[in-house]
Order: sequence, then structure tokens, then C-alpha cells
Amino acid sequence: MEIIVCVKRVPLTQEVDLEINPQKTDIRKDMLAYSINEWDNYAIEEAVLLKEKHGGNVTAVTVGSEEDEEVLRRCLAMGADKAIRIDPGKLSLDSVAVSKTLAQVIKGMPHDLVLTGVQADDVNEGSVGTMVAELLGLAHASVVRAVDSEGDGATVRVELEGGVDEVSKIKTPALLCIQTGINEPRYVSIMGIRKAAKKELNVVKVEDLGLPLEDLAPWTTVEQLYLPPETEGAEFIEGDPATVAEAILRILKEKGVSK
Amino acid sequence: MGEIFVVVEHRKGEVREITYQLFWKADELCQKLSHTLTAVLFGGKDEGLVNGIKERADRVIVFEDERVANFNGDLYKELLAGLIQEHRPFLTLMGHTPWGMDFAPALSIRTGYPLATDCVDILVEDGRPKAVRQIYTGKIFSRVAFKDSQGYLVTVRSGAFPIDKAGEHKGEVVKKDLPADLPEARRLFVAFEDAAAGAIDITQADLLVSIGRGVGEADKIPVMQELADRMGAVLSCSRPVVDKNWLPKYHQVGTSGKSVKPKVYLAFGISGAFQHVAGISGAGCVIAVNKDKKAPIFRVADYGVVEDLFKVADALKAKMG
Repeated sequence: MEIIVCVKRVPLTQEVDLEINPQKTDIRKDMLAYSINEWDNYAIEEAVLLKEKHGGNVTAVTVGSEEDEEVLRRCLAMGADKAIRIDPGKLSLDSVAVSKTLAQVIKGMPHDLVLTGVQADDVNEGSVGTMVAELLGLAHASVVRAVDSEGDGATVRVELEGGVDEVSKIKTPALLCIQTGINEPRYVSIMGIRKAAKKELNVVKVEDLGLPLEDLAPWTTVEQLYLPPETEGAEFIEGDPATVAEAILRILKEKGVSK
Repeated sequence: MGEIFVVVEHRKGEVREITYQLFWKADELCQKLSHTLTAVLFGGKDEGLVNGIKERADRVIVFEDERVANFNGDLYKELLAGLIQEHRPFLTLMGHTPWGMDFAPALSIRTGYPLATDCVDILVEDGRPKAVRQIYTGKIFSRVAFKDSQGYLVTVRSGAFPIDKAGEHKGEVVKKDLPADLPEARRLFVAFEDAAAGAIDITQADLLVSIGRGVGEADKIPVMQELADRMGAVLSCSRPVVDKNWLPKYHQVGTSGKSVKPKVYLAFGISGAFQHVAGISGAGCVIAVNKDKKAPIFRVADYGVVEDLFKVADALKAKMG
């Protein structure tokens, strides 16, 4: 089974004060730490699990700069066989353009399954997976939380609202957008990443993909970023933990839920 | 005069609430722009749902066929692409739901109409729509412009708009057959399954002690379970706790888990992603404890505590003796 996984490196923004750049088109990223997008981490793990079960090869692909190779090396350490970085150079690509470059690269490779994360933990568009599927003419499913591959198809479990799953059968080749929690991504050690350094990591330049440049013009652009409008928000309880605990217990009593 | 499409979402014989929210926004834009509102409904033979939505649209286009009785992303995309080519609607609104996410991006590629996803508002400036989105877990808002196009696609975040009726419509029903050359669906519905059934029911609790990613590791779960027990509360959690297998799914609060309505919701180490917050809108009082003063949970909480959650948990235990 030939599996391709699309991954992205994203800034870690939990518990961080974000600043908007002077052009108001992006956040300031120079001080942020980066990691593999959480959804993609589950996708690469799922690909490796499927390979371990059915045999075959896993290829990790990203669109990004040299710094983004960090996530590819991580994928290789987790069990991917090779990796490809699509270098956009100075081009700034929106999700449609990213999808086009990914589809162009994947088209030339054997693939039974293409996996992506449901969305990326930065701008949360959640559109690249299904766009790549359409560009490649593949069947697809989004928000997948279980995959059972069999013969020329797979049974997939899609997470809907309210704790309901939708079970469906899909023909392969197919593209699946993987939801968090589908598996337990394996731990990656520094040693593991070092060992994986011998594996193949190829770089393809966007301009060598044979896509006309005007095809990569953005369909959507960020006009302006701004901070959320002020709301009243919470009344903050100040003081040491003991004082805070006392205040909380007082509120519980007021609301009639203290034991 | 143009047209605005609303794609109706329904499950198990009921129109989903998101659809009414889409109608509300579509109504507002139609009034502003003198457009007409067209609902697109996919259903089975003699689809009864059409009656429930007639009064919300000028026209309901309904495809009645067993192949689309249940949601099918492949066929929704094909049929909508055909309809869009025929009508050239200025705007097509869909839910940013698991189903909307399943076909809207493909529809964008298929039609060449640009798409903005997960939008919380839609503005129109100089005849062109602009989308308002929340990024980085709601810490930043983003206004998105589209390339010039005949029509535009938007998926809307659940809860972004009210469900109320905002205009009068005659609700003309137009039945359509599936085209003869419609390709076969490559994905077929099998069943719905309840993934959140379990030993406890968090929806009935008056007091929930709820834990999030901030708990840090599986070993700390018993500490918080003990706190919940001592307080006479039920333990619930946000998505990351279930994703990491620290608690079973029936503890999960939020869009993909359960909606809860306790008198008090005590959130420990929960950042407050909108999917989580959507599940606690029925809570009487929300008290949030989080180290990050900028955590979005504080925007919806009644009381906030900026502190290490275990220090507060320990202090609560100490006070209760």
C-alpha cells in the first residue's frame, strides 16, 4: 500500500501572547516555537500503522522553507520511508495554491491513500485535504477517526457532532482527512531523528512543477488581522490559592451546588 | 438581482440548527442587496423536510432521490456544481460542519468560486463579500478578501448567527431530478453510531469539574477525579483529554462531545476553543482556572482565576477538610 501524507509545520500559540505584524497581515512569528501540526501528527502515525499492517511505503510531503524540513525529519523518524519538500521560494501561497502544488507532486507518484490532517492549528481553514482530493479526482472523507482498509476500499468512521459517528465505505484510491485522537502518535526521540537523517528527503521547487504561475495566484487574501473586540469577560478572582478556593466555594454555595 | 444559496443540512429526519443560522444571515444579506434566497435541499422520495424550511426561502430547490437521502459529499458536490453553473448565485452558504467541510473545498475547486471557511461573519463592500474568521484558537480575528469572481462560497461556523426568522418568503418549491449522467458515489453511507455512550451522563450533572490539556499528563487525572468526588461533582473534559486517551469519550464536552447545562461549570486548564465553548452555552455559571490570562475561556467565563490549576485544586481540597 502506497500512502502519502501531507504535513505542515505550525507555530505553537497556546499560552502565548500573540502580536500582529505592522502590515496587519500576519502574526509576528519570530519569537514563536514551531512543531508539526497536531492533526498531521495523527495522520502520519495512521499512515505508519497502516503500513505496518498492510506493507508498502509512506511518503511525507510538505510545502515550505528549509526550516520546515524539521517536520519531515520527524515523520521519517516515525516511520515514513521518504519525504518531499515543495519549496515555494518567494511565492506566498493560499490554500488553493498549496493544494495545487501538492496535487501536482502526488499525481506523479503511486498512491492508494493520501492522508492529511483535518485542519492546521494556525488559520484553521480545513480546506487543503478536500481540495487536493478534488484536484486529483479522488474519493475523500473528512474528520476521519477510524480507518479499516480492505481490498479496493476502506471502511471509515467520520466524527459528526454530539458524539455521533458516521460509518461509510469508500473506494480507494482515496484521500482521508484525519482527526485528532484516531491513534496514539509514537514518541520521537532525538536519536530517532538522527537515525532517520539517512532517509531520502527530496526538494522540489514550485517553479519546476510545470504549473503556470498565474495558476498559483491566491483566491483569498488576508486583508487585515485584528485583536478580538473587547468583551466584558470574566471577573477575575485575585489572591493566593487559599483565597481563591474560598471564593470558589462561596460561589458554589450561592449557586446551590456545594456539597 | 442575484441569488443567495443556502445548502440545507439535515440528519435523521431533522433540519440541523446551522441551516437556520445560514438562513438568518442570508436573509440579512438578501435584504441589503435585493437578492433572492434559494434553499437547496437534498432528500429522499417525497422529502417532508421541505415544509419546515419553505417559509425561510423564496425558493426551495429539492433533489429527491434515495441516493441523496443521506448526506453524500460526492453527490452534493456534483449536484451543487451543476446548480451553481445554472444559477450563478452571488453567494453560497454552507455550514462549517463535518459535512460542510467534506464537500465545500471540493466544490470550490470544481466551480472555480473562491471559498472562505469557518466564518463568523460576512460583510459586503463594493459588491464583493468579505469574510470574518477567527484564527489561532480565537486569539486573532482575520478579515478575508476574495479574488474577483461571479460567485463566492462561504462555510459558516456553527453558532455565529441566530436561528430566528428575519424575512418573509413565499417558499416556491422546485423539484429536480438527479441528472442522468450523475457519476456513481465513491463513498456510501453505512450507519450512524453513538460513540459517546458510556457509564456516566455528564449532561445531567449540576456541577461539573472539567479538565483540559492544562492537566498535562494522564497521571494527574486521579487528582482531579478525587477533587470532583469530594465536591460532589461529575468529572468532564475537553477534547485533548479524550484524544490522548486520558478519559473515555463520554466525558467530553463540546461540539463533537456533549452539550452540558450544569448550574456551575468549573473549567481547569481548558483554553476554550469554540468547539468546547459551544458545549457550555447552557451552563449557569462558568468558573475558569488557567495559567494563560489570554486564554479564550476567560472571554466566556463568569469568573476567572489566573493560576496553576493544581494549586487551586489542592487549596479547594484543603478548604473542604
